[in-house]
Parts: sequence; structure tokens; C-alpha cells
Amino acid sequence: MNGADAIVRSLQKEGVEYVFGYPGVAICPFYNSILGSGIRTVLVRQEQNAAHEAGGYARISGKVGVAVVTSGPGATNLITGIATAFADSIPLVCITGQVDSTLMGSDVFQEADISGACESFVKYSYIVRDAADIPRIMKEAFHIASTGRKGPVLIDVPQDIQMQPLSRFEYPEDVSLRTYKPTVEGHAVQIRKVMQELQKASRPLVCAGGGVHLSGAAPEVRWFVERYHIPVVTTMMGLGTLPTEHPLFYGMVGNNGSPCGNRAMMESDMVLMVGARVADRSIRQPELVMGDKVLVHIDVDPAEIGKNAGPTIPLVGDIGSIFREFNRKELELDFSEWTGVLNGYRTEVPAPEASEGGRVDPGAFIRTLSLAMEPDAVYVADVGQNQLWSCKNAVMREGRFLTSGGMGTMGYAVPAALGARLADPGRQVVAVCGDGGFQMTMMELATLQQYQIAVKIVVLRNNTLGLVRQYQHFSYKDRFSVVDLGAYPDLERLASAYDIPYLHLTDAGETERILKAFLAEPGTALLEVRIDPDETV
Amino acid sequence: MKENEKVFQILVDNTSGVLSRIAGLFSRRGYNIESITAGVTADPRITRITVVTSGDSDIMEQIEKQVGKLVDVRDIHELKPEESVYRELAMIKVRATPDQRENVIALANIFRGSIIDVSHESLMIEVTGNSGKIDAFLKLLSGYEILELARTGVAGLGRGTKNVIFFDD
Repeated sequence: MNGADAIVRSLQKEGVEYVFGYPGVAICPFYNSILGSGIRTVLVRQEQNAAHEAGGYARISGKVGVAVVTSGPGATNLITGIATAFADSIPLVCITGQVDSTLMGSDVFQEADISGACESFVKYSYIVRDAADIPRIMKEAFHIASTGRKGPVLIDVPQDIQMQPLSRFEYPEDVSLRTYKPTVEGHAVQIRKVMQELQKASRPLVCAGGGVHLSGAAPEVRWFVERYHIPVVTTMMGLGTLPTEHPLFYGMVGNNGSPCGNRAMMESDMVLMVGARVADRSIRQPELVMGDKVLVHIDVDPAEIGKNAGPTIPLVGDIGSIFREFNRKELELDFSEWTGVLNGYRTEVPAPEASEGGRVDPGAFIRTLSLAMEPDAVYVADVGQNQLWSCKNAVMREGRFLTSGGMGTMGYAVPAALGARLADPGRQVVAVCGDGGFQMTMMELATLQQYQIAVKIVVLRNNTLGLVRQYQHFSYKDRFSVVDLGAYPDLERLASAYDIPYLHLTDAGETERILKAFLAEPGTALLEVRIDPDETV
Repeated sequence: MKENEKVFQILVDNTSGVLSRIAGLFSRRGYNIESITAGVTADPRITRITVVTSGDSDIMEQIEKQVGKLVDVRDIHELKPEESVYRELAMIKVRATPDQRENVIALANIFRGSIIDVSHESLMIEVTGNSGKIDAFLKLLSGYEILELARTGVAGLGRGTKNVIFFDD
């Protein structure tokens, strides 16, 4: 047994099903050991996608995603994917090959200081100096990635360490990290205080963030709000905590949120901020949620509490665990009067428009698409106008909504959808992209086809970088600069090059018929939707 | 300490790269470092880092939380002035001709400094104390030419046994 065998054995011990990656000389010992291990490998077409695919897999499976690439450019290509996972607290273990330990620091071929480069956006990183440390490091890495505030962990393994003989392999039962003990259970005194404040409140509101999904706590939160009729808003990452058409759901907050959701936030007298960072896109002016309100901030990461808004009651711990405690208390409360007020703020969702020669309205299209999808489908939005149209119009039922919320990484949707589908092959997965983001990662069409992974890809085509163009329209008075996607590829021929069925939609009247055919395709399919570049969101 | 300044004691596991993790966190989040010192503790697995930093109370709270959440950090807490002792060491090389020598030595004596090197044209003085004392001594030397100056930065410990942290594992 050598170091590489020890890494593979450790992955087996952790129950890893898939490794997303790209080989190179410095990681070849690992890719030699993985043959015959039962762990399935997915060869991506560019390393960034390995991290996105592992991230999509992690979000849907609830397990740690694993990406394994080579040294130097392989490792640096992975960086954007690692940063994307870090910003959204997605648990990953990223393993990079490294040049021989004896050569490290001498700038040899394909050497990059990847742990140094990633320092500020990994949860932790290791450089392995001795193969004997591998079982402990692997155990710690999976533990750190998947507990507390989740996030990516990087393990850089020099090639000679992968080949170093190991006399025995003993995988640790437990992790003994003296310095790392995340809080799980909420403090009983603080929980009691929240309940006391809730009894005094007349207009409480739950604002759910991505932490709700990371904790797997959506059922507990739902049970809590339904019991007392507490209205719910979400951040972009928290979408799907309640179904869109749930009577207690009042939309997304923030500068891209719904007027009703933002109004609920303004008028509430008590906000339970749950697994949300109170970041600029959701809460632009934190002082507004602090002023006249009781702010309860519930997060597993104590550093998030008070970072952007000073709470009245800080409550550190796992959201699922805390809401199970909440749900044990018996209170006589009912906030139906307050939800009645909020119901008056709801605005009608626009019906699909078929005017102007069948012009496809992007929002109406998204709504129809989401309703045509299976109720538990995974909806993966890319970044840009498509993402904002998706947030505002996709009707979530029992499914999940994935997007790169924190980092806003274009090209995220296709690879993340691939990973999501592998995590739950029985579930429908739809990726919605713009034509800019799609062209950033469309090389993954090959990966989808090679492994016969069925993802439905929608490309909203307007031949422009829509959200930047829209920004230039409003902020630079139509001085459009470098947003024109010229020499646009013929997506029909592109799809055919990969042997992928292609459909297109140009007439809104055809929406339902085309969507039905598109979603009925057994494998991966591509739907191109022509929209007007002047559309704004 | 100046107003707005605080001294943090950080105990970390002696892992490779731990100093750059701490220093990197300060720089990327825009926290000030007035001084930083590090050295191994009586337990060779643990390093003590003393950081003097400045900022408003919100920043101080964030520093404590962000540093505290780093995986390698065992403990971070403030060394409050009234409950702690701070020391800094300075080595000062002053130009001193034979006829100036006596005066400089007299000044050093007042500050309980010691002369640790001497040459025809210079003296090297070692002074230990809190930062204010060292600043005061340097001010007194302003009439002389300081050729080189090395300050270690602040190290500190809490007084008594109340806040001693024991790691038994």
C-alpha cells in the first residue's frame, strides 16, 4: 500500500460514490489506485467544473462532494469552483496533486502554491508531508467540510507522498481536533428568550437563508411557521424553504426580491434571521432590520452573527436542532391577523404574454417551465438575468433551487446540474442559463453524454450579456461596452455535434407544447429560447 | 495602550502555515496590526501569538470571532490592560563619539537599559518595558542620531492564575 492507496481507501471509508476530476502526472498515482475501487470517476472537461459538479452533488445528496485534479494549472483551474463553494458554504474535499515534496518551492514544471492561493476561501487546507498522516488528514477533512458552517477543504498531496509506502492503514474512528468544536445545540437560555419575545411580538417574520437547506432543516422550519402562522420570506439561497404558493410564503427579500417580501421585512416587529448572512444583496441596509425590531439571528457560524447587523438575541447552533427545540415548546400563538395584512400586499403574477408576434416573456416562460417540471425537480439557475427571472418566477413545489448565490459564478448551472443528477438519478434536473454563462461551461455537454447523465438545459438566448447590458442601460445611459456576444454559435449544430436533442422556442404560443416535448426527452436535451435583448429584470 | 487599541492573546496549534493564516486573515479583512509577536509556549505543540490591533468595538468583536473560528486556533481573548502585563524589547544603535558616550549611558541607566555593544562611534542599548516607556526613551534620544532600531513588538500575559488556560489533552 502507498499514499495514493490510502487516499482511495479513505474515500471508501467515507462512503464516497463519485470523484469529479481531471488527471495529470502529479495525481496519476491516485488515479492508478482508484481503478477497481468501486468509486466512480467523472472526467470533466475543465477543472473548474469538477468543483461545481461536486458542489451540485453535495447540495442534493447532503454528502461531501469530492474533486481530484492535478498540480499547477489543474489546481489553479479549480480555484473558482472552490471559491464558489466557499461563498455558499458547500462541503467539498478537493484533492490536488503536487510536485514531489523534495522539489516544492523551486518553481518546477506545473508547480503552484495552491494552498497559499486558496487560503482565504477554504475552510481549511493541508499539505501532506508524510503518507502516514493520510488517514488522519482525510478523516479530519471530511469532518471539517461537513460540520459547523460547511465549506471546502483542500488537501495538496505531493506525487512522491502518493507513492510513499505505508506499512499499515488504520482509519480513525473519531476526529480529535482540539481546536475545532462547532456548536450544534442552541443555548437553552437563548431559546427561551426567543420564545418569550415571540409571545410579545405581533408581527413576527422568519427570513430563511441557505443555511436552512445546508442543515436539512426545511421540514422543522415549516412545522414551526405553520403551527403559529408566522409568515416566511427567504434570501435567494433560502428559496424552496416553503413552496412558492404556500400561504405563508411572501417571496424573496432584497434588491431583486418581491415588493411583498421586502414590505413584510419593513413592517415586522420581530425577525428571525435563520441561516442567512444579512449580506448586501438581501439586506442592503442592515440598520433597517435593527432599528425598531427584535432581531433574532440563528446561525451555526458565530462570526456571522453581528457581522452585518447586531442582533437582539444571537443564537448559535444547527438550525435543525434549534427548531426541534422550538417545536417542543407549546405556545398559544396565532399570527393570522398579521398574515392577513401581508396578503393584501401580494401582487398578481403576470399571465404569460403572447403579444407582439409571439414574443417570449422570460418571466412568464420561467413560470410555465417550472410548472411543467416534476414537482420535486431540481432547478439550477445560472447567473445573470436568467437567475433573477428564475428567482422571481419559478414556482417551487417540493423541489430544490440551486444557484451560485454568494460568488455569482457564471457557468455554474450546467456542471452543478450534472452533479445534482448523479446525487439523485431519479429526479428531474433542469439547468437554466443565459447564452453567456452557457458558453463558459458548455464543454460539459461532452461529460453529460459520456456518462449518459440526463440534464435538461435551457439557454435563454439574447446574444448579449444581459445583466451587464441592463446595468449599462440604466447606469451608463446605453453606452454598451463589450456585452455583444457576436459570432454566436449555432446551438442546433452544437447539440448535434454532441448527439444531444435540440429544441427551440421563438413563439410564446408554442411554450407549453415545446416544453412538454423537451421535458419528455429521456436523456440530456437542449432548449434554446429566443428572448429580446432589451428585456430587463 | 493607546485609545482604540487592544491586545489579543491567541493560542494556536503549531501547524505549518498557521502564522500566515492569522496574518492573512487580518490583512484581507482590513484589520490593523500594530504589532504581532509569536513564540512557542511551554507546551511545544502550541504557539502564543500576541497581536496589538486597533479599531472600533464592532471590528474588535469580528476579530475575535473570525480568528476564533480558524481551525488551528485554540483560544483568543483580550489581554485587558488592568489585568495584564505587556512588555516590549528594543535594541537601539545610537551614534556616540567617545565624548557623547557618558551622556547616552546615563540616559540608558535612567530607563534601566543596558549597553550590549560598543564601538568607537556607536553604542547599542537594550531597553525593555511597555511600549510607552520605549517611546519615551526614544524621544529622549532625539538629540542623538539613531543608526538602527529593532523593536520586537508587544508580548503580554494575564496577571495571576485566573485566566490561565490548561490544555490537558
